[in-house]
Amino acid sequence: MGMMKSMMNWIDERYPLTKVWNEHLAQYYAPKNFNFWYYFGSLAMLVLVNQILTGVWLAMDYKPDADLAFGSVEYIMRDVDWGWLIRYMHSTGASAFFIVIYLHMFRGLIYGSYRKPRELLWIIGVIIYLAMMATGFFGYLLPWGQMSYWGAQVIVNLFSAIPVIGDDLSVWIRGDYVISDATLNRFFALHFLLPFILAALVFVHIVALHKVGSNNPDGIEIKKGPKGNRWSDTAPADGIPFHPYYSVKDIVGVAGFLFLFAAVIFYAPEMGGYFLEHPNFQPANPIQTPEHIAPVWYFTPFYAILRAVPSMGGSALPGVIAMFASILVFFFLPWLDRSPVKSIRYKGPVFKFMIGMFVVVFLVLGYLGTQPATPGKTLLAQICTTLYFAFFILMPIYSKLEKTKPVPERVTE
Amino acid sequence: MKKLIFAFLLAVAPMAGMASGDVHLDDADIDLGDQASLQRGARLFVNYCLSCHSARFERYNRMARDLGLTKEEVTKNLMFASEKIGDTMTIAMKPEHSAKWFGKTPPDLSVVTRARGVDWIYTYLRSFYLDPSRPFGVNNTVFKDVGMPDALEELQGTQRAVFQEHEEGHKVFEKFEQVKPGLMSPEEFDSAVRDLTAFLAYVGEPIQMERKRLGVWVLLFIAIFWVLAYFLKKEYWKDVH
Repeated sequence: MGMMKSMMNWIDERYPLTKVWNEHLAQYYAPKNFNFWYYFGSLAMLVLVNQILTGVWLAMDYKPDADLAFGSVEYIMRDVDWGWLIRYMHSTGASAFFIVIYLHMFRGLIYGSYRKPRELLWIIGVIIYLAMMATGFFGYLLPWGQMSYWGAQVIVNLFSAIPVIGDDLSVWIRGDYVISDATLNRFFALHFLLPFILAALVFVHIVALHKVGSNNPDGIEIKKGPKGNRWSDTAPADGIPFHPYYSVKDIVGVAGFLFLFAAVIFYAPEMGGYFLEHPNFQPANPIQTPEHIAPVWYFTPFYAILRAVPSMGGSALPGVIAMFASILVFFFLPWLDRSPVKSIRYKGPVFKFMIGMFVVVFLVLGYLGTQPATPGKTLLAQICTTLYFAFFILMPIYSKLEKTKPVPERVTE
Repeated sequence: MKKLIFAFLLAVAPMAGMASGDVHLDDADIDLGDQASLQRGARLFVNYCLSCHSARFERYNRMARDLGLTKEEVTKNLMFASEKIGDTMTIAMKPEHSAKWFGKTPPDLSVVTRARGVDWIYTYLRSFYLDPSRPFGVNNTVFKDVGMPDALEELQGTQRAVFQEHEEGHKVFEKFEQVKPGLMSPEEFDSAVRDLTAFLAYVGEPIQMERKRLGVWVLLFIAIFWVLAYFLKKEYWKDVH
């Protein structure tokens, strides 16, 4: 015991280990009323670690070469010990990452976690989301199947719609005039690099979170409430130490998540063609365009928006702008919401309806993005695109005008 | 390049409707737990497919192990060329030659069931019909103007496709009529194609039976872990009021 203590002293004199442990875990006071929606932050970190670990092990056998890539994935699936499990953990993890992050973002949306003083926290989160999308996009080329190839072709071509520099820009991204070995090689390099940048961004996200403190389902600032709890006289009365209370609680969430995650890995790794698309089991063929090109499911809402916006003068630019705007608009959310309250619990029916509508519209767009365009579906996508943007653009109006319920002084159970 | 995007976005719609079309696929109803079925399928595969199509990711010794065969049985009954037991199922036919002969190099079949689905394979292999306008004298209702000859003809015999004529020359497939019987009765042939399809489904992911067997234990472990985690949390949270 004495030795342990003197060793900690030795370290603490040279590195603030105990200080960091206390500030961020044992004496970080989080609101005591977290509910189901608060599992997804820690789950996102778990999935990121899963992706990095399985990814590094995949990279030990994967070959980023147009002639070898497809075969090396099958080699991993068949000849590498447990390669199939590592590969399915990675491919399922990619989809799980987006599911978890979409739920994490939805939590922020309903409880107003983007509101002052958490604007920067939210913005860092959106940057993380963008980095994830880039990682997913680069990674999707690596199996070098038909959908990898043609999906990348369509997405990189989007950049060519930018006036003046577009064509040169798309060639610069590809390193060639079409998706080729050069593209595969650089996408592999970027796909390997980005997760570490993601990890750094997650660190920054946590630093920002611990500066302002966690929001909660009531949207109440516990730091502004009364002080003093059974652990500390100066800590917020409604706060509890993150460790052990939320560390043990998050383990329950982890177990629940792992159950579903393992169920997919062991019983539905293709997930009906959504997690692993059927055409991707055909090697990339630059001279044979597939019948129907759709990006992987987590991009389809934005792809549907891209297709919904009509072209102008033969240029896809309006669609491309709409697509990027539909993602970038999340940055402005902290300033679009003018409601006097944060949480949906105390907002009025209009805001609740708008959030419900936004969720439905997002799911419908996601579905439409997987489907071949027909006149009826394009019209539906156009309506949904309009409603998608209406949710954001009209928010300053409907959030401000609406009557809200009184917010209690203390968090509710 | 801008035009390319448009070509994609616009062309995608009608083509997809056409291709995913209204072709009825029969239920393959395969049983990957039936090793005898897989063994019969393997025999059909090496006899009727493996000269033009490879399965270049499947190893003979892996197949032996997974199908409950000895290496000697595989070497004697399922290997005809100079391959070694640890080799993968490659072919001697050169892609540039076969491309000339068939109009297209016959694709590798390692993961064909994962790309096409088992029902597609099962229906496709039973849907060749006589069509003198085609180079090999046969066409296919599932894969129109296919470059492949009817490799299983000696087993199935030949059949004619009956189409219903609609206005504007639009033809809808109705049924097949046997022209010349093969070595197998129609029932025997369906069963043989089912075996072959099952074998291809196995080749598509050799680990799949093991994966499903293992999954039960993983899920069981996580479920028990969840229960312990839940009670641990409950115990800690007694403090929180």
